[in-house]
Amino acid sequence: MTEQLKTLDRPPRKPIPIAAWLAQGALLVALLILLGWLAHNAQFNLRERNMAAGFDFLFEDSAGFAIGEGWVPFGEDDNYFRAMLAGAANTLRVALPALFLATVLGLTLGVSLVANNPLVRTIARGVVDLVRNIPLLVQVLLVYIMMTEWLPHVEEAMHFGGFYLSNGGLILPWGEVEETPFGVSGTHVLSTEWMALVTALTVYAGAFCAEIVRAGIQSVTRGQSEASHALSLTRWQALRLVIIPQGLRVAIPPYTSLMLSTIKNSSLGVAIGYPEIVSVANTSMNQTGRAIECIAVIASVYLIINLVTAFIMAQVNRRVAIKER
Amino acid sequence: MMKLAQTILGGSLVAVALGAATPAMAGAVLDGVKQRDQLVCGVHTGRAGFAQADGSGKWSGLDVDFCRAVAAAVLGDAEKVKYVPTSGQTRITALQSGEIDLLARNTTFNFTRDTSLGLMWTGVNFYDGQAFIVKKRPNLTSAKQLDKATICIDAGTSTERNLQDFARDNKLTFKTVVFDNAEASKQAFISGRCHAYTGDYTALAILRATDLPNPDDYELLPEIISKEPVGPAVRRGDEEWFTIVRWVLQAMQGAEELGLTRENIDEMAKSEDVSIKRFTGNGDDIGKSLGLDKQWAYRIVKQVGNYGESFARNLGDQSPLKLDRGLNRLYKDGGLVYPLPLQ
Repeated sequence: MTEQLKTLDRPPRKPIPIAAWLAQGALLVALLILLGWLAHNAQFNLRERNMAAGFDFLFEDSAGFAIGEGWVPFGEDDNYFRAMLAGAANTLRVALPALFLATVLGLTLGVSLVANNPLVRTIARGVVDLVRNIPLLVQVLLVYIMMTEWLPHVEEAMHFGGFYLSNGGLILPWGEVEETPFGVSGTHVLSTEWMALVTALTVYAGAFCAEIVRAGIQSVTRGQSEASHALSLTRWQALRLVIIPQGLRVAIPPYTSLMLSTIKNSSLGVAIGYPEIVSVANTSMNQTGRAIECIAVIASVYLIINLVTAFIMAQVNRRVAIKER
Repeated sequence: MMKLAQTILGGSLVAVALGAATPAMAGAVLDGVKQRDQLVCGVHTGRAGFAQADGSGKWSGLDVDFCRAVAAAVLGDAEKVKYVPTSGQTRITALQSGEIDLLARNTTFNFTRDTSLGLMWTGVNFYDGQAFIVKKRPNLTSAKQLDKATICIDAGTSTERNLQDFARDNKLTFKTVVFDNAEASKQAFISGRCHAYTGDYTALAILRATDLPNPDDYELLPEIISKEPVGPAVRRGDEEWFTIVRWVLQAMQGAEELGLTRENIDEMAKSEDVSIKRFTGNGDDIGKSLGLDKQWAYRIVKQVGNYGESFARNLGDQSPLKLDRGLNRLYKDGGLVYPLPLQ
């Protein structure tokens, strides 16, 4: 009986006709011809207009501009390659905390959306709907303007336990902190731009994550929560042990998309002066005139970061999501 | 499945064949302008005194007047211009790609730009320099005291490099915040996020006069840390067009030297002076070698005015900005404007 069932599970595959292979091959060749022609045309036009091309400028010229903050120390004598590296590091520096905080926020809001208490549910619904429907650029600008207008000036920074908070940023107590005529300055600072961008990204991604979490929770059949109730598990225990693990299978693919799009949304830092990769590459593009190369760099940075993220999430998906028997 | 594959294959082959037709070449820019009967001019998105559109969409400014002068010389009518607003980021690529014929956008004429972008600068229509604007503080009298201050900058300008050079020469460290649009950097400066804002002296003076909430709380520091000679640019490869644009600028400035204005040019055209006769098209033919008619210089002055009139109207005493001409005076009056001989 099981033998029959096994063979019935997978129907025999039809053989693929040769003509189909040939058609696919021809399409591939045509595509390659199109791409090759585009590249050739671009090179021809660049040469016609006496514009330099190639990636050698990355290593040869000194950049001549400074990058205000980041993990990669960068002075104006360093070359453009190091500038791009610093920019990419800044993208990660804002995307990673935002992703982590957005997940936490999303879980909280998502569970609130399906809570028993109607007040909690309504507030969560209101927040999620508000945040999801306002463009992210507007939210980023709003948070930045609020921070620069409402936080005190650097000279009158709020001081608590070694931290200094002002509209110039949050100065952290580790590292050197000194008094200058322009207020307190320190070596380890979380700038206003960083804080505004992380806050806006967190809130925006958190709202979308909340909906994903809600979808995950609601995808689990009612029978599961009834059974947990019958086993006298509290609501929290039921969520933690029974519902969310099963809901993850539905939630992880859209969550991966959310992560990728949050990483790309960090490019809005350009609008508020945060020196991430788009801002740095734009400055380089302006100074050297190499538009195609710099755009290619921006695209590659995002592609690499996102492919790595997607790969990691695919592994998580395989481990965590429950397989069907 | 086969049908679909065949359709896609056929479609892509057609696309390649169509695309393989001759790519659109600019050809002679002058031919393009005449054929279109319109000059496409790249200008600032909005900078008082240089290029600004009013409520009804009418553009005015020093750079706008230059575009009109070129149109008057080449097409006969100063109004046959299409203005394309460009940002600090897009102005170079707009010219390189052929989207605009001429860039008159307050763009500094420097070595890197003139040699490595595939563009050529036709001259200087305004001499400027980089300066700092700060909120007034006791004891702050010089830019050299700005050590460890936070400075706002607009991206995509020569400003960043100049600032770093200044910092290095004076052993200062700055914290820079780079914005991609002037509105954001202005807001950050006003809110106190930055202690200083750096940019062209003229732009900062205009900002202080027109755009800040309490102009008396702010001042421009005395140091001019760079030379910013700005001028119109064209693409490389078309020397005919380059020569025309260069001589339109020289004619505008030369008219001021000869004392020719919009009001008096018709009167002055009757003069016996050889230079004036030549300028107004009554003497030697100055248009033939450019591919234009004899009256091109006359039309510039008649329809737009000379350089001094354009300056006064847009930036000087006839405008709300009331800027001093400074280095932009004629050489005879102590400035740097030295019109080349139109003979």
